[in-house]
Amino acid sequence: MQKILELKKLKKYYPIRGGVFRREVNTVRALDCIDLDIYRGECLGVVGESGCGKTTTGKTIIRLQDPTSGSILYYGKDTEPGSGLDIGKAKRSTLKRRGIRSRLQMVFQDPATSLNPRMLAKHIIAEPIKAQIPMRGRELEDRVIELLKMVGLTRDHLLRYPHEFSGGQRQRIAVARAIATDPEFIVLDEPTSALDVSVQAQILNLLKSLQSRLGLTYLFVTHHLLVVKYISHRTAVMYLGKIVEIGDTGNIFKQPIHPYTHALLSGIPIPDVEHKQQRIVLSGDVPSPVNPPSGCRFHTRCPFTLDRCREQEPDLLEVENGHAAACHRHDEVEKLIYEKFGGSQAAA
Amino acid sequence: METLLETKDLVTNFYTYEGVVKALNRVSMVVDHGTTFGLVGESGCGKSVTVRSVMRIVQEPGLIENGKVIVYLDEEDKRAGIDLLQQSEAYMEKLRGDQISMIFQEPNAALNPTLSIGDQVSESFLFHQKREMCTKIVDDLTAPGCRTFYPLRRLEETIYRAAAKTPEAFLLKIFDRMPLLSRWQKRLKKEAKKRTVEIVRKLGIPNPEQVVDQFPHNLSGGMKQRIVIAIALACSPVLLIADEATSNLDVTIQAQILDLLRKLKNEAISSILLITHDLGVVAEICDRVGIMYAGNLCEVADVREIFHNPLHPYTRALLDAVPKLSAKGVLKSIEGNVPNLVDPPPGCRFHPRCPHTMDICRKKPPKMMKTGNNHLTACFLIGGGEE
Repeated sequence: MQKILELKKLKKYYPIRGGVFRREVNTVRALDCIDLDIYRGECLGVVGESGCGKTTTGKTIIRLQDPTSGSILYYGKDTEPGSGLDIGKAKRSTLKRRGIRSRLQMVFQDPATSLNPRMLAKHIIAEPIKAQIPMRGRELEDRVIELLKMVGLTRDHLLRYPHEFSGGQRQRIAVARAIATDPEFIVLDEPTSALDVSVQAQILNLLKSLQSRLGLTYLFVTHHLLVVKYISHRTAVMYLGKIVEIGDTGNIFKQPIHPYTHALLSGIPIPDVEHKQQRIVLSGDVPSPVNPPSGCRFHTRCPFTLDRCREQEPDLLEVENGHAAACHRHDEVEKLIYEKFGGSQAAA
Repeated sequence: METLLETKDLVTNFYTYEGVVKALNRVSMVVDHGTTFGLVGESGCGKSVTVRSVMRIVQEPGLIENGKVIVYLDEEDKRAGIDLLQQSEAYMEKLRGDQISMIFQEPNAALNPTLSIGDQVSESFLFHQKREMCTKIVDDLTAPGCRTFYPLRRLEETIYRAAAKTPEAFLLKIFDRMPLLSRWQKRLKKEAKKRTVEIVRKLGIPNPEQVVDQFPHNLSGGMKQRIVIAIALACSPVLLIADEATSNLDVTIQAQILDLLRKLKNEAISSILLITHDLGVVAEICDRVGIMYAGNLCEVADVREIFHNPLHPYTRALLDAVPKLSAKGVLKSIEGNVPNLVDPPPGCRFHPRCPHTMDICRKKPPKMMKTGNNHLTACFLIGGGEE
């Protein structure tokens, strides 16, 4: 498989300023040394609780925000392997000259706030096209109509303002805007969390069909695990600015390794009455990313903490084929859970 | 099982500039003692309006037009029931937060950022349990070990005895305003705080003595939601209404809160009316489920029945549209959108999106019919609607 993006030791710290001179008093470590490969044509799901750095990952990858350190290597369609462009450090003019902006796009969480209320739908969709290619008049309009048809809207919707659409239709417009410039890679930042269940299914199906039709690569950021299960090929689980587990979605759901993943999975309310799962309820809340716990960041909530977890930070190690986890006790977690919470978890 | 709450043909309209939004269209449902009733539906289908009508806190342009909300509380007139829509506002004030209480969706919006946690929780003790607390204080004062200066003790005893008899007495209200005499409330507030610490501890919050002096911004989302639940549970209500209590929380925190609700239901409260759009939460803790669509209740049944034998086409479509852990293949979505309630479709409100529409669906609204053991459905397909 061909890589499209490669993140190496990516860090993003946000300064907290205070005092008279607005000097930096502290930092929020939103992303702390992320290593991640994204392959062409896949959908990589990123899950985690709020404040764990999911959205920051998405925004930093397409350089809506400048990373603090580390590199983001982008391998375009026609570049030979091994000669990626570092998006994180490239100048803005380079990005523009090489047309990187049109290759990497994003769909935001709430379509009600991400669409300009004073622009017509056709202008919203035409804007990114005009910024990249000099296209106007009938030609542009035809392209916009083609895009609208792709996302399941019609030419009647051209001359309407965002408030005239329902939530699902608005998200369709946001998707049309993202695919307007023929991108290769789209960051989907919780695209369905503001939508209702029945509409959510429509949007998920739309995204899936667009992916196979246009050969897109997705980074799907969400906190809804069942959605990830439905749409993504690989899944990365994040906790407090770190990736704690990554692997094929099927593997993650069938044989999770990290205790945090176990807890997340057992915490999903399953829409099935017969499904009575032993639940691992984690005590406490996510610690603040301003001063994260020493050692393994999960040790404050982990039921199986050792002294080693408090001191030494575990690395993301490949346990089996493509399935990696960052836990000191990764080979005994299954057994520990079986002993502590009973058999149903291990069986499931 | 005994009925606790019953709504009959509840109609609530909102008079907006765009027209009359017919938010509730003759909603009739029954919540029994000791059950957890889940009210499920998409946004804008009238779930929240239903419970707000029950509590009579529908906001400004809204008006409860018609219907009955009958509660059967554990009081002397048990069989008769009380129609809440006929009661005075003063009666409702006494009832809200005492017998029936509510958890709101957004803990940030439900808590006052300028008051400490302790003040906010003890408010409901001071409002509803003044009499009990005064009696308790009198007992404490007359107890042999009391070390207050004797004349002062006599004075306080007299005041609290009077307060225990009639908490709303005119003289006490004057006392509250007078600089020195208003000190009589000191013991009352202390007692309320003691109870606050107790209830906050019961909800599993670590070191409650410090938490009660903190402000909402000091706490995390899950903690805030616990405090909101503490306020609702302060006076041990008979019915707890949880309006999307876990929707904005993370998965692990949601698991904590659901666990807490389940535990409380076994110990403290009789029934929970849970509003949610998440069918997973319903499968998790509800006993009985009502499915709402566009201001109508379209199916009510036990939770097993809903998941194994859904009858209404909307229920089936909704269940198919949810991503599941085991399912493979393409998700089935419901085509179209939720109708605008200013001008709802005639007949059955689901007919424009229904895959099995018949002629009669466009003309007549279906009626709720019994279609099985404790299973009510409003659909012509299932034989509903025949007079």
